[in-house]
Amino acid sequence: MASHPATFSTGQSPAAAVDALNVADDAQTIGALPDDVVMETVNLNVFYGDFHAVHDVNLSFGKNEITAMIGPSGCGKSTVLRCLNRMNDLVPSARVEGSINYHGQNIYAPKVDPIAVREHIGMVFQKPNPFPKSIYDNIAYGPRVIGMKVDNMDDVVEEALRGAALWDEVKDKLKQSAYGLSGGQQQRLCIARTIATKPDVILMDEPCSALDPIATSKVEDLMLQMRKDYTIIVVTHNMQQAARVSDRTAFFTARPDETTGNRTGLLVEFDRTKDIFANPHDPRTEAYISGRFG
Amino acid sequence: MSNVAARTASSVTAVNLSTGKSKDKNLGSIVFLGALWFSLFFGIVVLVALIVDTAIDGAPRFDKYLFTNFTQTFDPTQAERLAASGRDPKVLSAEYSGFKSGIIGSIILMLTTAVMAIPLGVASAVYLEEFASKTSRFSRIVEINLQNLAAVPAVIYGMLSVGLMAALGAQRGIAIGGAVALALLILPVVIITTREALRSVPSEIRQGSLALGATVWQTTWRQVLPAAVPGISTGTILGLSRAIGEAAPLVMLGFGAINFAPAFPFIGSKIEAFPLEIYDASSNSQEIIRESASAGIIVLLVMILAMNAIAIIIRNKFQKSW
Amino acid sequence: MSVLTEPGPPPGVGPAPVLTGKSRPGEAVIKVLLVVATTTSVLVTAGILLAVLEPALEFFRRESIGEFLSFDTNKQFSALPLVVGTGLTTVIALSVAIPIGLGAAMYLSEYASKRARKWLKPTVELLAGVPSVVYGFFAVFFVIPVVLRDWLGIPVSAYNSLGAGLVLGVMIIPTIASLSEDALSAVPLALRQGSFAMGANRMQTTLRVVFPAALSGIAAAVVLGMSRAVGETMIVLMAGGSIKSTSADITQGHETMTGVIARTALGESPVESTEYKYLFAVALLLFIITFVMNMISIAIVRRFRQAY
Repeated sequence: MASHPATFSTGQSPAAAVDALNVADDAQTIGALPDDVVMETVNLNVFYGDFHAVHDVNLSFGKNEITAMIGPSGCGKSTVLRCLNRMNDLVPSARVEGSINYHGQNIYAPKVDPIAVREHIGMVFQKPNPFPKSIYDNIAYGPRVIGMKVDNMDDVVEEALRGAALWDEVKDKLKQSAYGLSGGQQQRLCIARTIATKPDVILMDEPCSALDPIATSKVEDLMLQMRKDYTIIVVTHNMQQAARVSDRTAFFTARPDETTGNRTGLLVEFDRTKDIFANPHDPRTEAYISGRFG
Repeated sequence: MSNVAARTASSVTAVNLSTGKSKDKNLGSIVFLGALWFSLFFGIVVLVALIVDTAIDGAPRFDKYLFTNFTQTFDPTQAERLAASGRDPKVLSAEYSGFKSGIIGSIILMLTTAVMAIPLGVASAVYLEEFASKTSRFSRIVEINLQNLAAVPAVIYGMLSVGLMAALGAQRGIAIGGAVALALLILPVVIITTREALRSVPSEIRQGSLALGATVWQTTWRQVLPAAVPGISTGTILGLSRAIGEAAPLVMLGFGAINFAPAFPFIGSKIEAFPLEIYDASSNSQEIIRESASAGIIVLLVMILAMNAIAIIIRNKFQKSW
Repeated sequence: MSVLTEPGPPPGVGPAPVLTGKSRPGEAVIKVLLVVATTTSVLVTAGILLAVLEPALEFFRRESIGEFLSFDTNKQFSALPLVVGTGLTTVIALSVAIPIGLGAAMYLSEYASKRARKWLKPTVELLAGVPSVVYGFFAVFFVIPVVLRDWLGIPVSAYNSLGAGLVLGVMIIPTIASLSEDALSAVPLALRQGSFAMGANRMQTTLRVVFPAALSGIAAAVVLGMSRAVGETMIVLMAGGSIKSTSADITQGHETMTGVIARTALGESPVESTEYKYLFAVALLLFIITFVMNMISIAIVRRFRQAY
C-alpha cells in the first residue's frame, strides 16, 4: 500500500522532481486493458484557444468498472473527464482533436448531438449542485427534460433515491427544499438525480472533495454498489480513494512548456489499480503515489 | 523617509495607546465625514421637504373626489349658483376636481407597457446571457446600443412612437401609442436588470441541468429563469415605476384633456395620463385646482414609492447568496 | 512505450445508443423569437433616427441651417440660444449633483457597513424614482418662491434657470452617486490596505488613494449625469422659463432644447407647420449631443474596466 499523502514533505517542486527522475516526458505505460470497452479516447488533444491543455490521451473504460483518473493539479484529468460527455463544449474557446468513441461512435462526430450524449453519459460535480427546488423535483427533472417514458414518477424518484442510498433519510421530506440537506446528502442527491435518467456511464469530478470523511465513505460505498449497473469514471485528488474504489487507474501529469510555461497535461500510466499502486512502471507514477510530489 | 515613518508610527502608537483616539478622530476627518453625511442625507432631506410641502398644500383636497371625479374647472362660486338650478356642485366645482381619468389612464398605460416591455426585455436578456456568444459582433453591437438607449432623453421616445403611430395610421393620444413609447423607454432598464439577475444564478445550476441531457432552453426555462425571478421582478417594478411617472414622451403623443373614462378594450381609446393631468392642474390659474395638483402629486408619489419599496424588499429579501 | 491501437468494434452489448440529435422544432422557433426580441433594441435606435431625421430634414428644406445655427434670439428658428439655456441649467445641476453625489458615493463605498449600504443605496436611488413633473412642481411652488426668494433673498423671476437647475441637480444625484459608488467599490482592497499600512487615515485613503484610482469611473458617471440633465424635459418646461435668451443671468428664464420641444408639442401647431418641424430639428440636435455624451461615458468605462 502506498504511503499516506500527509507524509510528503520533501519541499521539492514538481518540475524539479520530474527532472530528478530523469525520464522522457512522453513515456507512456499502458497496462492490461479492459475486455468489455464502453468508451475510449483516441489521441485526445484539448486546446483552450492557443493553450494546449491535454496531449495525446489514449484510455479505455471497461463496462461495470470504476476507472480513476489521478494526478497533480493542472494535469488535465478534469479536462479529459469533461470531454467525455461534451461538457467542455460550454467553454467557448475549447477545441478537441482526436476522437472519443462511445460504443464505437465518435461523440465528437459532426452529426452527434451533445444533448443526446449527455443523456447516456451523466455527470456528478465537485461541489454538490442540487437545483433550488424540492428533493422530489430534483430527481424528476432529468426524466422530464429528456422526455423519458415514465409510468409513475413517484416510483422513479424512489428508485433513484434508493439507488443513491438516500431514500431512508429523505422519504418523509420529498417536498422540502434540497438546500436543507447536508453536503453529503446533497451530493448523493446529485448522484440520485443522475441515475434517475438511467445513464450508461457516470462521470464524477472529484465528488468527495467538498465532503467530510463520513460523507466521503458513504459516497465511496455507494460507488462500489453502483458498479454493478453503471460504468463509472472518477477524477480524484485522493489516492486512497482511487485505491479503495477503482478497478483501473490512469495517472496524469503536467509538463510545463519550455517557452510559455503553460502546463500541458498528459497520460503517464494506465493499468489495473492494484498493479499501479503495488508496482508502478513509471518513476513519475511511483513518485506521486509514494507522496514524493503532487 | 524613515524619519517620517518612525514619527507616524510613534504618533499612531501614542494616540492609540495614550488617549484611545484613532487618527480618524482629528478635526479634518470629522469635517470630512460630516460633509459625506450631509451629502448622503441631502437628497433625503430634499425628498422629505418636497413631500411635506406638497402635502401641506394639498391637505384640503385629500378626499374621495380626487379619485372619483374628472377634472372640473368651474369656479366654486359659479358652481354654487348653478346648484340653485338643481345641479350638483360636486360634479362641477373646481373644489371637487379630481384625477379619475388620469389614474385610470396611467393604470392602463402601465399594464400595457408591462405586457410589451417584460416579455421583450426578458427575451432579449435571455438571448444575450444564455445563448449568444459574448464575443460575437452582434452581442457587442447590442451591448453598446443598450447602454446608449438607456440614456436617450425620454421625450425622444415620444417622437419614435409618434413616427410609429403615424406610419400605422393610428389616431393621436391613444393608449397604445403611449404604451409603446413607455415600453421602449424602460426596455433597456428591464434588459439590463434581467441580465444581472441571470448572471447571478450560479453556473453550477446550468451545468447540473445540462449534464442530465437538458437543452439550453430547458435549462434556461426550468432552472435559470425561476431562480432569477426575484431579480427580474425588482428590475421590472423599478422600470414600471419610472414609466408611470413619465410625462415627457406622452406630451409628444398629444395626451391629455380627456374627461371621460376610456372605452374597452382601452388600448385603442384616447386616454389621459396621471402625471400629465398633474402638470395641467399645476399650471391652472385657479389656486383651488393647484391644490388638487398637490394632492394628486402625493397620490402619485405614494404609488411610486410603494412600487420602489416593494422592489427593494424583494431584492433584499430574496437575494440568494448561493 | 506501448500505445492502444485497435479502436475495435463495439463490444456486443445490445444496440448502439442513438447519439444523433433529436429535432426540436419548438426550440428552434423559440431561438428565432429570442433573436427577434434582441434585435428590437437595435431597431429602436434605427427607429428613433428615422422618426427624428425625416421631419428634421423637412425643416432644413424650408429654413436655412444658418438660421438654425444662430445665436439670434429674435429669429424664430434659431437653436443656439436653446443650447445656451440647456447649458446653463446643466452646469447649475452639475454643480449641485457632483459634490453631493460624490460625497454620498464616498460614504457608501468607504464608510458605510455592508448592511447599511444595502438599505442606504436604494434610498438614495429613490430620488431618481420621483417623477420629473413632481420635481417641476416643487421648483415652481417651493424652490423658486420660498427657498430662493424668501429664504435667500435672491431677486429671481418666476421662472428661471437657477431654480430649474438646482432641482435638476437633485434629480441626477442618484445617477452620479450610484455609478461613482460602483467605481469606488471596484478599487482593489490592496490599494486601501497599502495606504492604511503607511499610517494614512480613512479620509486620506479615500481622497488620495481610492478617489484618484476611481477617477475614470467617476468621470463616466458625471458625463452620464450630464446627459440626463440635458435630456430632462418637465423640470425645465415648468420652471425654466420660455424666453429664448443668451444672457448668462441665471436669475432669469432661458428657453431650453427640451423646453421648446415640449411647449411646441403641447401647443396648437399643425403637424405640417414649420414650427412643428422645428421641434424635430431641435430634437435631432439634442439626440446628437446626448449620443456623443453617452459614447464618451461608455468609452471611459471601457478603458476603466481594462485598468484592473
